[in-house]
Amino acid sequence: MKRECDKCGKPATVHLTEIADGNKIEKHLCEDCAASEGITVKTSMPISQLLEDFILQSAGREETSDLRCDVCGLSFAEFRHRGLLGCPNDYEAFAEALDPMLRQAQEGAGQHIGKVPRRAGSDQEKQNAILRLRAQLKQAVAAENYEQAAKLRDRLKEMEQK
Amino acid sequence: MKLADLACGAGEWLRGAGPMHDVVISSRVRLARNLAGVPFLVQCGPEHQNEIEQRLRREILAAGIAREVLYVDIAAASELDRQLLVERHLISRQHSTASHPRGVAISGDETCAIMVNEEDHLRMQVLRSGLDLADAVAGIMRVDDLLEARLDYAFHGKYGYLTACPTNVGTGLRVSVMLHLPALKMTGEIEKAFRAAHDMRLAIRGLFGEGTEAGGDFFQVSNQTTLGKTEEQIVHDFLTEMVPQFIQYERRAREALIKRRGAAVDDKAKRSLALLRAARLINTDETMYLLSLVRLGINVGRLDEVDLKTVNELFLLTQPAHLQKMLNKQLEPDDRAEARARYIRRRLGAD
Repeated sequence: MKRECDKCGKPATVHLTEIADGNKIEKHLCEDCAASEGITVKTSMPISQLLEDFILQSAGREETSDLRCDVCGLSFAEFRHRGLLGCPNDYEAFAEALDPMLRQAQEGAGQHIGKVPRRAGSDQEKQNAILRLRAQLKQAVAAENYEQAAKLRDRLKEMEQK
Repeated sequence: MKLADLACGAGEWLRGAGPMHDVVISSRVRLARNLAGVPFLVQCGPEHQNEIEQRLRREILAAGIAREVLYVDIAAASELDRQLLVERHLISRQHSTASHPRGVAISGDETCAIMVNEEDHLRMQVLRSGLDLADAVAGIMRVDDLLEARLDYAFHGKYGYLTACPTNVGTGLRVSVMLHLPALKMTGEIEKAFRAAHDMRLAIRGLFGEGTEAGGDFFQVSNQTTLGKTEEQIVHDFLTEMVPQFIQYERRAREALIKRRGAAVDDKAKRSLALLRAARLINTDETMYLLSLVRLGINVGRLDEVDLKTVNELFLLTQPAHLQKMLNKQLEPDDRAEARARYIRRRLGAD
């Protein structure tokens, strides 16, 4: 059941039930009206909003909309639309557009200094090679080129075991 | 261990114990991780998603993360079971309603849960009662190490652990606490308190996660910065800049209320308890509202007829899925209201 804000008619997200002198008072308010009534606090920046904001900021830049990841095929425009990246390589493929956004969302930071996986198998180049092989394998299967697919599958297995 | 066993108790996070438990209900940490050489979940087809789910299920169950581990295939679970897991904070709402192959591994004591194929391939969380983030972080790092020994994670020298949404990249670490702030709400100072919280780099949500209302005066506060700080720094900053202020504000508001409006607090708490003991029909919202005032009454020492543990449990066990699971049948909202009222009366010694 979607309710509208009692004050402005926008979708209500804050639902308050108060019982005063035995009477139940229900209030349904949108985020803005609830905040202006002092019932809730407009959260500084919900995570989704943060993302939306920084995606919109770069929306006007022509040069970034042409970016496309050659590993998973996702374009920067598609990322902007859905807010989720397609594969680890997108961080490289979209770096010029993503880096400033990240800095803005992360208090100016652009370099990871936390935990590092102990296993050596996680280097970026190998990861991307595996991703590319997977994409090729998918194409080969789709094209019913089974001989090629078998070869790719073997190479993929070999890579993953290294 | 079966899913049905969960519905009867409150689990770790509502135990009502732990440091600062009068204000801090529970502490939670979560890590987002993805497999190396595999596209993020949204970019995988159903077959590939299925393959990932099978593989991760196998590896998690073999990793020995806890003495007892329950794995639930969410895609095959009933709507009621999925709702139960959401109410218990073991899966997200998003994970409950999606339609692709996915699952969750839960430790026997429910302090650890690992969602498979949520937004990221792995979303693991550790919960503790009260304010106990240091212990929660130690717990999640242990689980992460155990899994990392069997899996290659997507990792980048500059950006750290790579996540489907760039707002989680770096450490992939989100720390949060569930706060009960009834006095700040009552005195109308809650907005001020949130505004005053240093620098405001936090997100506030309701009891049942993103997009839910802050029913029962519960607020979940979490960090937003995941990159450029070590895990220890993130926890340290959160613990020193954020949490003590909220605890202090709430406690001050409680003291002020008692001092200036003691009779009003007594009245609200005792009336709420009386209503809960007398009601024959009661919905979730009203239950949460009344329980919150009872909890406040207990915490400021003005109500001793019920104990905190019972009240904490009731917040959870009166939720729709829990109620239906306990009674072992599907109920329409009207019937639920009656069953809820009956259950509350029994627990509060009114029947």
